[in-house]
This record gives sequence, C-alpha cells and structure tokens, in this order.
Amino acid sequence: MKRSNAPIFWLLFGAGGMLSALLGTALVFITGIAVPLGWAPGDLLAYSRMLALARHPLGKAFLFLVIALFAWHAMHRLLHSLHDVGIPIGTASKLACYGIALALTVVAGWSLLATG
Amino acid sequence: MNGKSTVRRPYVRPMGGWWRRDPFFMRYMIREATALAVLAYAVVLTLGVVRLAQDEAAWNGWLDALRSPASLLLHAVLLVAMFVHAKSWFEIMPKTMPMLFVGGRRVAASTITRIGWAATVLASVVLIALAWGWRT
Repeated sequence: MKRSNAPIFWLLFGAGGMLSALLGTALVFITGIAVPLGWAPGDLLAYSRMLALARHPLGKAFLFLVIALFAWHAMHRLLHSLHDVGIPIGTASKLACYGIALALTVVAGWSLLATG
Repeated sequence: MNGKSTVRRPYVRPMGGWWRRDPFFMRYMIREATALAVLAYAVVLTLGVVRLAQDEAAWNGWLDALRSPASLLLHAVLLVAMFVHAKSWFEIMPKTMPMLFVGGRRVAASTITRIGWAATVLASVVLIALAWGWRT
C-alpha cells in the first residue's frame, strides 16, 4: 500500500502554526515596529549581535525553525484555501505551494550556514 | 459527463463569494488569510538572513528598509494578523487535538484555549525580555 505523505505536511503545518501563534506577534512587534521606530535599545538588531546570534548553534536553529516552519505552515494553509476560492487542489498547486515553502527553507538555511 | 451532449441544464448553485454570505464563513476566511501574513513575515526574515550572510552594509540596508513607511504599514497589518492567528489558533485547538482528560474529567475547550493564550503571553514576554535584556 502506498503511504500517504499528508502527515508530514500536516505536522509541519501544526508545528508552524503553534510556533507562529506563540511567537509571531512578539517577533513582528520587535523587528517590524519597535526597532524601526526606535522604541528598542539601539543595538537590538545590530549587525554584530545578529551575526553572533546566527553563528550560535541555538540561535541558528531558532532562526531556521522560525522561517522554515512559518513558511510550511503558511503554504499548507494557503494550499487548502485555494480550494475554498474555487481552485482545485492538484499536482500543480501542490508543487507551487510546497515549492515556495521549500525555496524559503533552502535559502534561509543556506544563508544561515553561510554566516559561519 | 458520458460524452453525450445533453439538452438539460441542471441547476448549479453559484458558489462565487460563498464566504461573504455568513459571518461564520467570514471569520473562517479571515482566519485562513492570516497564513498570508505568516508567509509575508517568513519572506521578510528570509531576506534578513540573506543580507546578514552578505556583509554589514547589506544588513544595515535591510534595517533601513524596515524603517520605510511602507514597511511600517505592512508590519502593522502583520501584527494584527499575527494576533488574530494566535487568538484563533487556540480557539480551534480544542477541536483539533485529542480529547484531554484530567482526573477522569474531560478538560473543557475554554480551558485549553485559555492555556494557549496564556502560553502566548508568556512566550511574548520572555522573548521581548530576552531581546531587550540579553547583553553579553
């Protein structure tokens, strides 16, 4: 019997949904609102600090998981929303949606490794 | 269809804009649409780590871009969407997770939802405290 690959995507959707529910609001507030408006310490997102974060194994894992799981969560959910707006879920829409998630995962992972 | 053309024209209920017919469907679509915000933020962060991997000037360019009015407007929308996502995620959780029993009694859906919201508040406070306070 052919095994379904659905549980893998469901698991990534669930993990990403949970992580973004727990941290998404605070992360957007920090990087998108507080730091740009100068409400935060000036060095919060400074290059040296963020480079150190990306080079630390835990920091690297955190950044990778946030980006990858957010991407897989979003693209799985959007794939199923296509059905709701009248676009049937087929091979093409699956490839497009999961392809975007995979592309973000690869680019983010590669960049994080490139930081050293 | 079996290949034969038919003269009958059976009624097909139009489904366009179905989700605008009922406030329940509206809430459903708003909740599903928060995925767009989660995706947009993943893209913003991906651009960030790409620039970080290049050099300091590239990283500072990313920070400058975050200061633009367009970015601030985008992130204001993302902030609301992330909040809606967190709120609705834990509202649905009692329906998506296995039934939970404590001391032989089923844990109420509202309890599970409140624990989820509390976890989000706690995680947010810890993350902001770390971001503000962590100095090496």
